[in-house]
Amino acid sequence: MAVWQMIPARAAPERQDSWLAWVRRELLGGWLNALTTLALLAWAVSALPGLADWTLWQAVWRPDADACQAARGSGACWGVIAEKQRLILLGRYPAPEHWRPVLASVLLLALVVASGLRRCWNRWLLPAWMLVWAAFFGLMAGGFAGLAPVATERWGGLPLTLMLATLSILLACPLAVLLALGRRSRLPAIRVLCACYVELVRGVPLISVLFMASFLFPLFLPAGTTPDVLLRVLLGIALFAAAYLAETVRAGLQSVPTGQSDAAASIGLGWWQTQRLVVLPQALGAVVPGLMNSFISIFKDSSLITIVSLYELTGSLGLALSGDPVWRPYMIEGYCFITAIYFVVCAAMSRYSLWVERQQARALTR
Amino acid sequence: MKPIRLSILALALALASLGSAHAGKTLDTIKQRDQIAVGVSTGVPGFSAADSQGRWAGLDVDIGKAVAAALLGDANKVKWVPLASQQRFTALQSGEVDVLSRNTTVTLTRDASMGLAFTAIAFYDGQGFMVPAKSKVKSAKQLKGATVCVQSGTTSEKNLADFSRAYKLNLKPVVFDKFDAANAAYFAGRCQAYTTDTSGLASVRAKDAKDPKEHLILPELISKEPLGPLVRRGDDEWLAIVRWVVNGLLEAEENGITQANVDQLKADSTDPVVGRLLGKTEDTGKLLGLDRDWLARAIKAVGNYGEIYERNVGEKTPVGLARGKNRLWTDGGLHYALPLR
Amino acid sequence: MTLRAPVPPRAPPPRQHRAWSWRSPATRALLWQALALAGLLAGLFWLVHNTQVNMAARGIQSGWDFLGQTAGFDIGEQLIAFDAGDSLARAFLVGLLNTLRVALLGILLCTLLGTLVGLGRLSHNLLLRALCRAYVELFRNVPLLVQLLVWYLLLVEYLPDASAAWSWREALFLSKAGLAFPTLVAGANGWSDWGAWHWQLPALQDFGIEGGGALSPEFIAVTVGLGCYTAAFVAEVVRAGIRSVPPGQIEAAQSVGLSRRQTLRLVTGPLALRVILPPLTNQYLNLTKNSSLAVAIGYPDLVSIANTTLNQTGRAVECIGVIMLVYLALSLLTAALMAVFNRRVALKER
Repeated sequence: MAVWQMIPARAAPERQDSWLAWVRRELLGGWLNALTTLALLAWAVSALPGLADWTLWQAVWRPDADACQAARGSGACWGVIAEKQRLILLGRYPAPEHWRPVLASVLLLALVVASGLRRCWNRWLLPAWMLVWAAFFGLMAGGFAGLAPVATERWGGLPLTLMLATLSILLACPLAVLLALGRRSRLPAIRVLCACYVELVRGVPLISVLFMASFLFPLFLPAGTTPDVLLRVLLGIALFAAAYLAETVRAGLQSVPTGQSDAAASIGLGWWQTQRLVVLPQALGAVVPGLMNSFISIFKDSSLITIVSLYELTGSLGLALSGDPVWRPYMIEGYCFITAIYFVVCAAMSRYSLWVERQQARALTR
Repeated sequence: MKPIRLSILALALALASLGSAHAGKTLDTIKQRDQIAVGVSTGVPGFSAADSQGRWAGLDVDIGKAVAAALLGDANKVKWVPLASQQRFTALQSGEVDVLSRNTTVTLTRDASMGLAFTAIAFYDGQGFMVPAKSKVKSAKQLKGATVCVQSGTTSEKNLADFSRAYKLNLKPVVFDKFDAANAAYFAGRCQAYTTDTSGLASVRAKDAKDPKEHLILPELISKEPLGPLVRRGDDEWLAIVRWVVNGLLEAEENGITQANVDQLKADSTDPVVGRLLGKTEDTGKLLGLDRDWLARAIKAVGNYGEIYERNVGEKTPVGLARGKNRLWTDGGLHYALPLR
Repeated sequence: MTLRAPVPPRAPPPRQHRAWSWRSPATRALLWQALALAGLLAGLFWLVHNTQVNMAARGIQSGWDFLGQTAGFDIGEQLIAFDAGDSLARAFLVGLLNTLRVALLGILLCTLLGTLVGLGRLSHNLLLRALCRAYVELFRNVPLLVQLLVWYLLLVEYLPDASAAWSWREALFLSKAGLAFPTLVAGANGWSDWGAWHWQLPALQDFGIEGGGALSPEFIAVTVGLGCYTAAFVAEVVRAGIRSVPPGQIEAAQSVGLSRRQTLRLVTGPLALRVILPPLTNQYLNLTKNSSLAVAIGYPDLVSIANTTLNQTGRAVECIGVIMLVYLALSLLTAALMAVFNRRVALKER
């Protein structure tokens, strides 16, 4: 009887989870990879210290015009933000009443954030929205309870951006749903009308819609009725956004199987009931990423009203700095500031959209 | 019918019942609102600019105040509507403002084809060029091939083209939508020259240049720019009021009535012209639809034309413009007030 | 077995006349459509009527005859010859050509940059992936207007004056006045005389750089700004397209012995392209529409010229109408071309 002969032990396999293996895989795997790593590291080493110098070490943080002038070219002048922050963030709102737009924007932001949290999705949300809008416009416009009245042309900066973006999204959503349903309607006239509207509005740039809102709306209405310019611009953005949102909603509607509508019909639901209770929840749920994408676009598009001379965040920066010869050379720092604000808000919205997607994926895979 | 269908039908009917457009009279609207809506610029120091508290001051602003004082009795019953250059005419045409007092040039196109009407000339100006002093340019005719910053949609743009063609200078315009953008580009060095009305050049240099001495306004005036308030066509009573308020302020200067002495002159003066102007001996206001103290109130609110000029754009102000052509005709200037009788 | 006699055909059943009912779905459908159309027409009539009355009361003229009027203004950049004495219609044409110029160059830039960044996001190198991701996140989350204004500010504030321009070999000059480059010009006898073709080099004169061709800082800012912004979106589209190729295809290609480059060219490419092209065309359209923002910087594109004309002539309705019609025509043309292309390359499902 033969005895089993043990074969010699093989060497242990290389650990793939050690950091050395990781470096070899991600940064040095293959000659092209290694070359890229070297090139990027070389660029970082040459450029980043200079950038850090300019941004941080040699920057001037105090609102001191002379220090900024002395540091020009070698250090950023973040003092311009300290000096002009109120003008940039609040526009031409009268200085003693600055607490009002600040409070109004905080309330609005808080409600927007709360509306995104699942635990706040109860029947108090709608009244809360009504209350906060009333509070927002009451605080901004004033004219009662001892608050000095402030005309809408003085509103500006971040509160205006937030208000326009949020309100135009809220106005555009119902219209978008109606347009999408209309485009899928069996009635040919309604279908053609909705399709024409959506294609027409999607084919023109937002600037032309804003020009139309700013110049032509007063001509379209009876003489003597001049709606406030803010209202006109708001309507223009809402009508424009509705067309884009309608296409996303339509994609969602197409993704709902027709069996759902058949099942709803078989239990006796009418057309509007089917849409409201069965089709729309599924359709809208399916296209949440697309909708959030559109919301981010609408928020970014609110910056275009600068071109029709309404001073939201981008416009109020120009207002604050371009008329002041002492601080005008530091406009790039001002732009960095508002870029940071826009980036934070948009990135937050896209992170939220990813979270919603994950929640949905979890809900669908039970 | 289901409730939602009923409500849609009701909404449609309500919309249909909204009256269609009809031309209203500006005077009635102003009296009903008890406020004049004056279109001004977004910030031209000396003509119409708001300080950080939101108080407006300037030559155009003072004219608006004078009209409010004459018509409504109080110079503060004005709503100032800042308008960018691209919106100014449509705002007036559509009724958003009642009068445009916004250093706007009076031209044939604007008077005849846009549904607007000019009232009176408040400021005689011309278009000029501003260059950096270090460019060593002393005359506009030396600007061959230069890039010139100009604002879009203004007479400045057209006059620049005419001047360039007439003298074969091949000037390259860099056209900006907004006044501020054009200024910023010039001061950043994008263009070698900047062109607009010389009063605007002086105002821009005073406000936006780091060192006003580093910029030179060239002596040539390449066009006539008579600036004055504009109203809508078809509103003759309102036009008459604005026109005669401006003429009244000029007549006041001609006759030595100032903001300080108007009350005393009204009580004591024996000069028949002064008496007529201030409503003591004759009631010129009745013909305009105003009361007899209309001009006295206007002068009390803002002073006569000379005082308005010196306070806003005179040589002691940062804008620093000499009276020049804006003197009275008796002093060799162009201001010839039409007789108020 | 005998055949049965054929059954005689029955008489056709009598036609039933259904009473026409108000409550049938067909009637209701007709009614609602008629109501919607009537409501829309009434609304349009009301708007048009108001506009006409308002314009008549204010003495504003309307009509398209103003396009024949002399422009009276110069245009800083022009692809075709334009003088202040030419008509407004020609001014609009110059504006349209400027828009197309920006759009085409922007599309080229965004495609190249976007493809590179999209491929970079899928690379095996971590640093490159992180860099590309940072690029996409930064350029997608900041509004386009802010980006264009920043590019213009950088070009106009930080470039030197024309008298101190950065030059490369005396042929290229970069300064606040733009990028000047040499152009090929014909000799005295015109283009047919080949021997006389020569390069016209830009040179520094009294007022800047004359001769050769020049790209103004406005054009550079708009093109680069639009290109970088849209490239971020194109990168995501390319990445989605490449990831949509089933891995089984790649493995099959490898098992047949194709190299990585051949796989990319013959397998991944065509499959990914089908998925990439529709959203890519959408991005091109967006770029073309976004070029209307050039009005904020001073580049004389169509919107800027229409804006100037609106101010000079007061014809608000017609000028804004021109802007909308031109962009609508461009959009519909691109959509139609895309539909044709899609139908030809779409996977033919059997």
